[in-house]
Amino acid sequence: MSAVVETTGRAGLPLSPARLQRVAVLVTGLIFPLGLFGLWWVASARGWLPEQILPPPAYVYQTGRDMILSGELLYHTGVSLGRVVIGFATGAGLGLLLGIAMGLSETVEDYVKPLFLAFAQIPTLGWIPLLMLLVGIEETLKIIIIAKGAIVPMTMNTLAGIRDVSPKYLEVGRALRFSRWQTLRLIVLPAAVPSIFTGIRYGLTHSWTSLVGVELLASSEGLGYLLVWGRQMFWLDTVIVAMIAIGLVGFVMDKGLNRTELLIQRWKRQEL
Amino acid sequence: MARASRLVRFRRGITLPILLLVAWEVSSRTGLVDARFLPSLEDVVATAKRELIDNDLVGELGFSLMRNIAGFLIGCVLGVAFASLLALSQLVDRLIMPTFNGLKQISLLAWIPLISVWFGFGEQAKIVFVALAAFIPIVLNTYDGMREAPAELLEVARALRFNARQKALRIYIPAAMPSIATGVHLGLIYAWLATVGAEYFLAVGPGIGGLVIAGRERFDMAMVMVGVLILGVVGFTLNRLAYGLEAYLLRWRPKQTT
Repeated sequence: MSAVVETTGRAGLPLSPARLQRVAVLVTGLIFPLGLFGLWWVASARGWLPEQILPPPAYVYQTGRDMILSGELLYHTGVSLGRVVIGFATGAGLGLLLGIAMGLSETVEDYVKPLFLAFAQIPTLGWIPLLMLLVGIEETLKIIIIAKGAIVPMTMNTLAGIRDVSPKYLEVGRALRFSRWQTLRLIVLPAAVPSIFTGIRYGLTHSWTSLVGVELLASSEGLGYLLVWGRQMFWLDTVIVAMIAIGLVGFVMDKGLNRTELLIQRWKRQEL
Repeated sequence: MARASRLVRFRRGITLPILLLVAWEVSSRTGLVDARFLPSLEDVVATAKRELIDNDLVGELGFSLMRNIAGFLIGCVLGVAFASLLALSQLVDRLIMPTFNGLKQISLLAWIPLISVWFGFGEQAKIVFVALAAFIPIVLNTYDGMREAPAELLEVARALRFNARQKALRIYIPAAMPSIATGVHLGLIYAWLATVGAEYFLAVGPGIGGLVIAGRERFDMAMVMVGVLILGVVGFTLNRLAYGLEAYLLRWRPKQTT
């Protein structure tokens, strides 16, 4: 029934019941943030809280606009993104290799996994002071910390993906007398793709969190630095703008990966 | 292809760590690496002993754990209550969930500067941050679990005219128990991460994180190593505890392979 209504809605009437409902859901979702925003506006207009604790919304907007127009925000976002790209690529690459090596050979797994897990127990943040002493506070530190964020989920998921390859497929490979390389390229890796992708998603999220952490502790540029700087100057408007930028980048990365995942795994749905 | 025996696997497992320790000892003995970067094993052990006995390392650790547990418990209770509210009322769900989903995109550590302005650098700020860290995964998992509460049970609840409290306590929370357990487990891990983060960034007052930061400032590598090692051991122990708790809470459930 709703399908019929939907068609007429598309043909001319802009507000079919189904669409009305979607609009209603959207509007309901907006009430709460708008209410919060109103409260914020009133609170700062009436001076309930000092400006250093709660800057007026117009002020935050102004700062945000200025920072975008002057290119400052873009610059710091670019610096942060650049670090994440290099660090994540390093960590994910190493994790993939390590996961494949452990997945293919139980001997390698026996040797490497206990030590790897021991290192993985220490939170990424925990490594920062230690590495600061070893490599200083320059780019190397940031790249290592971001890579560390990506390597653990990447390795573990790749390993799990390879271990879970259905024995049936492997049997087919044996029947076809595949070489080791062929088995790896034609059977094991394709079957492990979904799991590897999970690793990439977790890895990227961890990398982004680690980046914020390392930039908060030691940095002179980047979004995390904006946070610290704004905090020190008591410019809460800058802090809030930087938080929004961090949220937006995280959101876009997650959505982007989601899309890519669907795209890459099209064959899986077609198979069903 | 038989799996190697336990003994063989154990021997293989400890090979690399032992080689690493030997390499460490040799390079620090022969002065191959600057002792400031790589203090000798003895040095690290001596530092650990000094901190344990003279400097009340256990007390500092106690402070960190108290913070961790206080924040975690607050996050747990608020998280389950908040998620129950969302599950019970579609209106509240539609009102608040979009905002929650938006806010959770902001990376956890990015909240620290704002929290430090609002709550200062003291105990309060740290506990708020730890609670926030535990709150998010617990809400998300509880919410997912409750949405999958079996429709038949909800039907029964409607037939018996359960009120909201009964629905929450008798249907939603039991049905979501496995997901809540997952959320609590994640919450415990995040809470520890947040405790470390809070102590690093809001470095005032006692705590193991502050000790590590102080060690770094004094360029005391042995101290930093001891601290980082403890962070790892505590994280590992909490994780084990969470596994145990999860298994205990879900013992009524038939064994599943998932």
